[in-house]
Amino acid sequence: MSAIAAAPPLLTAIGHDAPRIDAIAKVTGEAQFAGDLRLHGMAYGRLLRSPYARARITDIDTSRAEALPGVIAVMTGRDLPAADPYYGHALKDRPILAIDHVRFVGEPVIAVAAESPAIADEAIALIDVACEELPAVVTIEAALAPDAPHLHDVVNLRPGLFHGLGDIHLEPGNVCYHHTFTRGEVAQAFAAADVVVEGQYTFPAVYQYSLEPHTTIAQWIGDDDLTVWSSCQHPFLVRAELADLYALPVAAVRVVVPYLGGGFGSKSYTKMEPITSALARKTGRPVRIANSVDEAMVTTRRHGMKAWLRTAATSDGRLLAREVRAWFDTGAYADNGPRVVATGADAAPGPYHWEAVQVDAWGVYTNTSPAGSYRAFGASHLQWCGELQVDEIARRCGLDALQIRERNLLHRGESVRPGGKPLDADLIGDIRRVSAGLDWETPKPAGIVGRGMSVGLLAAGAHPVSTAIVRMEADGGATLLVSSTEVGQGARTVFGQIVAEELALPLEKVRVLGGDTGVTPYDRSTGASRSTTIAGLAVLRAAADIRSQLLAIGSRVFDLPQEALTARAAAVWHEGESVPYPDLIKAHFGMVGGELIGHGEVRPERGSGSYAEGPVFWEVCIGGAEVTVDAETGRVTVNKAVSVADVGKALNPRLVEAQEMGGAMQGIGNALHEEMLFDETGTLLNATLFEYHVPSIADMPDTFVSNIVENADGPGPYGAKGVGEGALAGVAAAIATALADAGVPIDTLPATPERVWRALEAREVGTVNEGEARR
Amino acid sequence: MSPETAAPAKMHLKTTVNGRPVSLQIEPRAILLDILRDDLGLTGAKRSCDTQVCGACTVLLDGSPMSACCTLAYEAGGREVETIEGLAGPHGLHPIQQAFVDRVAIQCGFCTPGFVLATKAMLAEYPRPTRSEIEDFLGGNLCRCTGYWNILDAVAVAAGRLESANGRSEAS
Repeated sequence: MSAIAAAPPLLTAIGHDAPRIDAIAKVTGEAQFAGDLRLHGMAYGRLLRSPYARARITDIDTSRAEALPGVIAVMTGRDLPAADPYYGHALKDRPILAIDHVRFVGEPVIAVAAESPAIADEAIALIDVACEELPAVVTIEAALAPDAPHLHDVVNLRPGLFHGLGDIHLEPGNVCYHHTFTRGEVAQAFAAADVVVEGQYTFPAVYQYSLEPHTTIAQWIGDDDLTVWSSCQHPFLVRAELADLYALPVAAVRVVVPYLGGGFGSKSYTKMEPITSALARKTGRPVRIANSVDEAMVTTRRHGMKAWLRTAATSDGRLLAREVRAWFDTGAYADNGPRVVATGADAAPGPYHWEAVQVDAWGVYTNTSPAGSYRAFGASHLQWCGELQVDEIARRCGLDALQIRERNLLHRGESVRPGGKPLDADLIGDIRRVSAGLDWETPKPAGIVGRGMSVGLLAAGAHPVSTAIVRMEADGGATLLVSSTEVGQGARTVFGQIVAEELALPLEKVRVLGGDTGVTPYDRSTGASRSTTIAGLAVLRAAADIRSQLLAIGSRVFDLPQEALTARAAAVWHEGESVPYPDLIKAHFGMVGGELIGHGEVRPERGSGSYAEGPVFWEVCIGGAEVTVDAETGRVTVNKAVSVADVGKALNPRLVEAQEMGGAMQGIGNALHEEMLFDETGTLLNATLFEYHVPSIADMPDTFVSNIVENADGPGPYGAKGVGEGALAGVAAAIATALADAGVPIDTLPATPERVWRALEAREVGTVNEGEARR
Repeated sequence: MSPETAAPAKMHLKTTVNGRPVSLQIEPRAILLDILRDDLGLTGAKRSCDTQVCGACTVLLDGSPMSACCTLAYEAGGREVETIEGLAGPHGLHPIQQAFVDRVAIQCGFCTPGFVLATKAMLAEYPRPTRSEIEDFLGGNLCRCTGYWNILDAVAVAAGRLESANGRSEAS
């Protein structure tokens, strides 16, 4: 095995812009998404959602709805057909439907199944729910007030199944998680500092907006056979939670994932599957629930955040210490909030040589819609705050943004956090590429123009457990079974390339199935830029297993040791002589037929794979921006965005670049446009795409410069590490630092025209809204 | 209309979808997108925003892009409806589809049918669109994956290919 595994890869399929294997299906409209499926006898589910942020349900009358012709079932929180009605990734705090209490505007209260969506809508209008409205806490400040009502009895909440954060100990109140660490002597470092910059920052709640809203179909056969077709990123985690809800063995639940119309974290963990499966069980028929966009917006979102940071340095610009306190608004249910808090805390110091760091981050329940994952969580929240302070220190010390970073950034191999993975990237090389992309040394154009750069690290890869199976059919073609979800990132294409590479097959000979927990083997999740790195390595190993088998058969056919043989061009070779794969398989089975099955797995290389021992790799979140501010209107134009994809090895450069382009654009949205606005009653004010601005083609920067850095320093196949999140956090933070460079310091994102205009006005009257110098 | 009333009377819809005559009994309130997806099985047009902002449901009505989610089915009466399923011919993909494939202007694919059809309508009106014409015309189609760069690229490639194909047919 070792001699074979050590053979250098030929790289015939890897490192090239292989065409997407799903492109034809998608461009012709033939690709099937969950909403395109119809099952025989399928009923349509609709939800009655709470108009109150916090209320006690006193009476429910469903009789008129039940009497409506075409209504099949009406389900309330009091008659859920589940063994355990509570679920939740980190904490089991969430009922399938509201039980006696509602905790946010939009919380599902009653589910109706009917013969058509229109009938289900009519039935919803016929339901009477009496509520006693209760005082609600819809902001972080209100939730943390001493007399605030508590959303949950947190002390008695049970932990979720797989959160991986160790024991979560909670005091009574609205805090669902607290992550804290101290390194070095913080007070001493601040006391010794020449320069201290301090500020408070606000980051908005953001809607992921995958174009396809959550869509789920559930079907029961008897009481112990559940199949769910769902737009989900983590089918195996969904399967486990559903099995837990119904007290079934995991194999009794099958989760099938069609093509996903985007995810970006909005389809991480369990979303609409518990309600849909409960309604199907109640109905005795397959049921589909398809969220509308306004429903998707209150199903999950990015955490809004308030933070206070201060940073200390010497007068010659050596960074000394940082102190961070951050409060993340997780809404009414924790979902993935504790992980978001932990990742944010990890990202808060920034990748610099610190003498001392103190970070405290809290997840806070509020009576608003639940928050969970969104691309680059944690880094997006805190990188821009810390980088603004680094730049402010540079200004006060007479350095520029590049100089202070060159002087202070961590080097490869240095510790990022005690006990975790050392730095596995060349940050100074990366930031120099950003400065080159920005033409850093050239004079800026006329007007109110700023240039900014930012760099950060994101704990990437999530939990490193993936498996894959490759089947080689008798005709020499291969079928790959792997459960990483194709969300649009191109996972199936890159996996296909890996199989093609390892088996020396043309890509057309490799078929990649979609995720189906009844067919494709275990993969923990699709997110945290992990698919290429971790699932890809399992794929590589499964394909290498087949190659070993082919060589072993070849060894018998040639009567030569395996070491004398090579696999290339769909055949096993000895010098000029070759036997094609189909002939080897025929020789193995003695007749035409049969197939070879290869298995690959990835487990943590050390320790338990826990969060503390991670990450699998550090994703470099780096970007640059040049902006122009319109003095009349406060409107910000991004003239140029720069990204650096530090990916180890680009298995498909065009797809890497596509991840950067898309991530950078979301960064522009997060920095300049996007903000979910809740009023004092906890109602989302901008619940349509009229009022919530998703960047369109008219919001593109004039120029986008993307760099791919290949240092073969990743733990994935051929030295690869993941991509996808870094550009979002990096470019968003660079826009913030560019605005500060333009003399328009912003402490609240998004930098809307109004906020920018007010910052310009404040500058005119000579007030400074950020930072405080001290000697 | 009280919800308890009987189902409303049906009306007759005669239209042409992808070149084929279609005759259906529909409810007056029926939405074109539902008729296409549920009655005709043409699921390439997608439902997303449902408010005529995102363009995922774009179809062509007599060659003009329309949001099928906000169009009553009866408005298609006597007109030509073109969906993504009608675009590829017996000899393969339409040049615009091929350009989207070649330039990797596709990620999740949910917006792709709408973008391809909107591009077709745009190039019929502006064979060599400027960036600002593209921003005006395609501003009604959202994509969350690509950042639009590869879509711009594909539009330019498609425009070039269609122009040279038209040039050839005019010369012959």
